[in-house]
Amino acid sequence: MSQTDNVANEWPLWEVFVRSKQGIEHKHCGSLHAADAQQALHMARDVYTRRQEGVSIWVIPSAAITASDPGDKDTLFEPAKDKVYRHPTFFVIPDEVGHM
Amino acid sequence: MNASSEFVLHLADNALILGQRNAEWCGHGPILEEDLALANNSLDLIGQARLLYQHVAQLRNNGSTEDSLAYFRDQQDFLNFTLLELPHTTALAPSARAERDYAVTITRNFLFSAYMLQVWEQLQHHADAQLAAIAAKSLKEVRYHFQHAVDWLVRFGDGTDESHAKAQAAVHFLMPYTQEFWSEWPVSQAIFGDVNTLRTAWHDLVHQVMAQAGLQLPTAVAYITQGHLGVHSEHMSYLLAEMQSLARQHPGATW
Repeated sequence: MSQTDNVANEWPLWEVFVRSKQGIEHKHCGSLHAADAQQALHMARDVYTRRQEGVSIWVIPSAAITASDPGDKDTLFEPAKDKVYRHPTFFVIPDEVGHM
Repeated sequence: MNASSEFVLHLADNALILGQRNAEWCGHGPILEEDLALANNSLDLIGQARLLYQHVAQLRNNGSTEDSLAYFRDQQDFLNFTLLELPHTTALAPSARAERDYAVTITRNFLFSAYMLQVWEQLQHHADAQLAAIAAKSLKEVRYHFQHAVDWLVRFGDGTDESHAKAQAAVHFLMPYTQEFWSEWPVSQAIFGDVNTLRTAWHDLVHQVMAQAGLQLPTAVAYITQGHLGVHSEHMSYLLAEMQSLARQHPGATW
């Protein structure tokens, strides 16, 4: 490829989420470049599920993700620090409830 | 009734030789993801070859093992299709050492996986239980190989002028070698009976994908290769030398 530094020629980035056999939710496991969603799925299969990691894959365009600004970390998250009572660990969950 | 060991050996050699060829991309893939995809493909094929060689050894019961069959036979004893031993270049390449052409890799994987889809589909119902089990396992793998190859072939054929030209050159170069799939051979006729059912299914599949990719099929040629009879191209001995030299230099080595 002669134009590798031309960003316009690069394939878009995709975020890959894989659900493991035991897992309930899809977990983020990495990202890759692909021309479209179908190809991203193929590639995710080859890159991220070689060791039987998953039974289901999601791919999402990285551009579709809106992220918080790391610089806002203190403003966003510090205020929660001294409010431990928000954790539900003070309650006993009956066995019949199962997974929460 | 068990399948003939010659036929199982032919299947094993097909898998091993293409597995070895595709493994040449390991560390040299056009992109990281394809590097892994081809390595996965090779490992599937080499895994199939191992099971098939073990079955041959069992059928022959003459002291041969998967290792002796893979590493200590010479070129005239290999029964793979010629298509599978060709390097990843078209006839237009200045030498076999020329840079590998991914369109050739993908086109060959497409033509062969489309064929093996039909073969494994049929063999999973074979009376030879061991062969049927190998077929059932391999069918799942080859379905993915086929998907992967089709995905790329359509992108190449329906892509840029350059990708289309390369894919079309690969199709023109490789298609004549697929005629060997259908050459008269008592060993495969004993398994499939009339190969025309396989042939029709394969043709329909190939035509369908070619149309989708906007690629043309060449007309049939008169010369039909004979790798399955042990008569190979000039590329085979180099492939075997690379694959077998270590095992021959250190017989019985393990790690």
